[in-house]
Amino acid sequence: MARISLARIRKRWKRRALEKRERKRKWRLGHQKRWGYFFTLPFFLVFLVFSCIPIVDTIRYSFYEYYTVGLMEVGPTFVGLDNYISILDAELLKYLWNTIVFWLGAFLPQLLVSLLLAAWLTDARLLIHGREFFKVVMYLPGVVMASAWSVLLFTLFADSGAVNQLLQSWGLILEPIHFFTTVAGIRFLVCMLLFLMNFGNSTLLLLASISGIPASQIESGFLDGCSYRQVFWYIILPRLRPVVGYIMITSLIAGLQLFDIPQILTNGKGNPGRVAMTLIMYLNRHLSNNNYGMSGALSVYLFLVSGVLCWIVYRLLDVDNQYYGKVPEARKIRPKRRLGGTKE
Amino acid sequence: MGKTAWNRKGTKAVGLAALTGLVAVSLLSGCGGGGKSGGGGKTAMPDTSKEGEVINFCVYQEVTKSFVNDYYPEVESVSDDEEYTYLKDGTKIHWFVYNSEEYQEKLDEHLKKQDSDDPDERIDIMDLEGDYMRKYLEAGVCIPMSEIGIQDSDIEKQYAYTKEAATLNGKVCGLSNEVAPGLFAYRRSIAKDVLGTDDPEKVQEAVSDWTKFDEVAAKMKDKGYYMLSGFADAYRVFSNNMSKPWVSDNQTVEIDPAIMDWIKMTKRYSDEGYNHKTINVFTEEWMKDQGPDGKVFGFFYSTWGINFTLVGNAGDEGFGDWAVCKGPQPFYWGASWFAAPKNMDHPEHVKDILLTLTCNKEIMKKMSIDRNTFVNNVDAMSEIAADPKTGSDFLNGQNHIALFNEVAQNINLKNLGIYDQGCTLDIIYSFSDYFLGNSTLDDAKAAFEKAIEERYPNLTEVVWPE
Repeated sequence: MARISLARIRKRWKRRALEKRERKRKWRLGHQKRWGYFFTLPFFLVFLVFSCIPIVDTIRYSFYEYYTVGLMEVGPTFVGLDNYISILDAELLKYLWNTIVFWLGAFLPQLLVSLLLAAWLTDARLLIHGREFFKVVMYLPGVVMASAWSVLLFTLFADSGAVNQLLQSWGLILEPIHFFTTVAGIRFLVCMLLFLMNFGNSTLLLLASISGIPASQIESGFLDGCSYRQVFWYIILPRLRPVVGYIMITSLIAGLQLFDIPQILTNGKGNPGRVAMTLIMYLNRHLSNNNYGMSGALSVYLFLVSGVLCWIVYRLLDVDNQYYGKVPEARKIRPKRRLGGTKE
Repeated sequence: MGKTAWNRKGTKAVGLAALTGLVAVSLLSGCGGGGKSGGGGKTAMPDTSKEGEVINFCVYQEVTKSFVNDYYPEVESVSDDEEYTYLKDGTKIHWFVYNSEEYQEKLDEHLKKQDSDDPDERIDIMDLEGDYMRKYLEAGVCIPMSEIGIQDSDIEKQYAYTKEAATLNGKVCGLSNEVAPGLFAYRRSIAKDVLGTDDPEKVQEAVSDWTKFDEVAAKMKDKGYYMLSGFADAYRVFSNNMSKPWVSDNQTVEIDPAIMDWIKMTKRYSDEGYNHKTINVFTEEWMKDQGPDGKVFGFFYSTWGINFTLVGNAGDEGFGDWAVCKGPQPFYWGASWFAAPKNMDHPEHVKDILLTLTCNKEIMKKMSIDRNTFVNNVDAMSEIAADPKTGSDFLNGQNHIALFNEVAQNINLKNLGIYDQGCTLDIIYSFSDYFLGNSTLDDAKAAFEKAIEERYPNLTEVVWPE
């Protein structure tokens, strides 16, 4: 048969040695990977138990008639899409509209005031002293709990409360304004509180974002003879677009989940005429009798809307990354190479 | 090398064990979410023959605990944190006190464990408020009092309505310690100004039926006062005099004519300015109306309300400026019942506690005098009422016990049901927009229908009278 040459044997040894080294490397990497799984296990378990299973259950029960009356349990009986249809009949769109009204009434002033404050505080020519102090002061209202605020509002805006007394003594009004029992009154209170609690946060975000704009761009604008207004409109504002978008979408998602303020202010009833009933308050009403079916269906609707909004947020954040150059690509490439090592 | 291999295996084993364990737990918790509620259809019978060491007592007010600690003669001592009460025979009572808002939820959790084999897991006695007592009774959670040895002859001195309200299939299932008959409490100063007298008998004559009540309301308005504070003030007076329960067939809410009368009256009072338009009782404005600057003539209040709440709200300036009369109709407001859940394991002790707190005339009489409560014993209360020394300083010496006693014997509580609490809450809030003039009667009716269907999905129809 064929003679085995020394060179061939050497070649085979070399190959075997290489294969051994490769196996060893793979094993080591695999070993590291196992440890990685081990350390991330707690998160996934917690997620599975407290998020994943409840979410699946929520979706499952949304197709069932399932609630308790007193101590009597009704269901679960499969009813198909009945819950989804009856929840649409039950003024779901009205509560969505209420939620949007609150969001608009709070968000627009929030954005305008935040922009104004951020522009003032970063303007080198205004030379505002104690900027850090103002930042803290603006953030403070958001630190106070909504329930504490509500108690304050109950006292201040009661028919015989301080605000009405003040307005009456100034002669601005003759009869007290019924803040808690009129449509405009309750909307005003909820929007005002939302605005107060959130404008500090968005101001800080905008401040950080404006500080990130290279001073040279603004300066060259001034050197080219721009007025301050022009610098703001044509240099600062366009560069804030992603942040404004981010604030808008996150506040919209938070707005969809609006619950505590109107719940406490209207005692969970959303009155007058349910104009202060938000989607989550409505969900809460169904939860009071453990109506898993209806609240499941409502949650699925909310999930879909939030999902769409989240998708928009990701798109916006993507825009943000592209704006600042090649960073995302580099990020994308590097992990790929690392993964390549573990692959064949 | 051997060590690393072991380590690796160990890690794997631990990881696997943790994974399986947690998945199992999660599956269980997933099932638990939809678990059966207390007293449901489970048939597994726990071993009730052996008594546990503790008597578990669920209450929604501290005062119940103090009644037992202070008046039950078998009490030996109380632990420092008041969580346990030790009895002379070595048994101890474990107190579970929850506030009213969370009480039913917590109680339901306890009742789920009522099938447990460990006797100390199961509760032995519980407090139930009138608005939701029937919910527990009709769910079959409570055992008849005769089963723990309390016979009808033991409770014959209790006020009839307290027994009627807690009767299921002809058997009394709950016993009440306190009675809460209601009266109309009014300001003497306003009565003098408008009616020319503050004498309770003459004032009673002026408000003895709803027509006369309205006439007085008109006079109040002319003098710049309000007859009542708000929308819910007279609600209990009407709702206690309903001719049938809210729901009879678990499907249809039948609005009683008495409720329609309340709606009509409240609307008229709001439009005419006879009331101060407070949305509900126990709101800030409502309590302010009872204060020294209040312009409201009177409030429908029951025993605890007059003896404690009103005294507190009226303050020092109002002390002595109040009096009570029977008003247009008898009513009660807010009493509680003791009930023994099934599978309880201390029948002897519970029987003894209940006999002491709800049937023992001497102890109850002492309780009433010490604590200013109206106890559920006709003899004891009649004796106190007849005593010439009886009188309330807050009411300027008036003997209110005699009036309470009279009303208590005329209360009719046959029409309690399991939907009372929800219907009461929803009707008051659904109609508040209508009373304020912000919506029409039909809107208000629709709002109630919607609210009730959300609360009780099985109630698909609401029938309005006329």
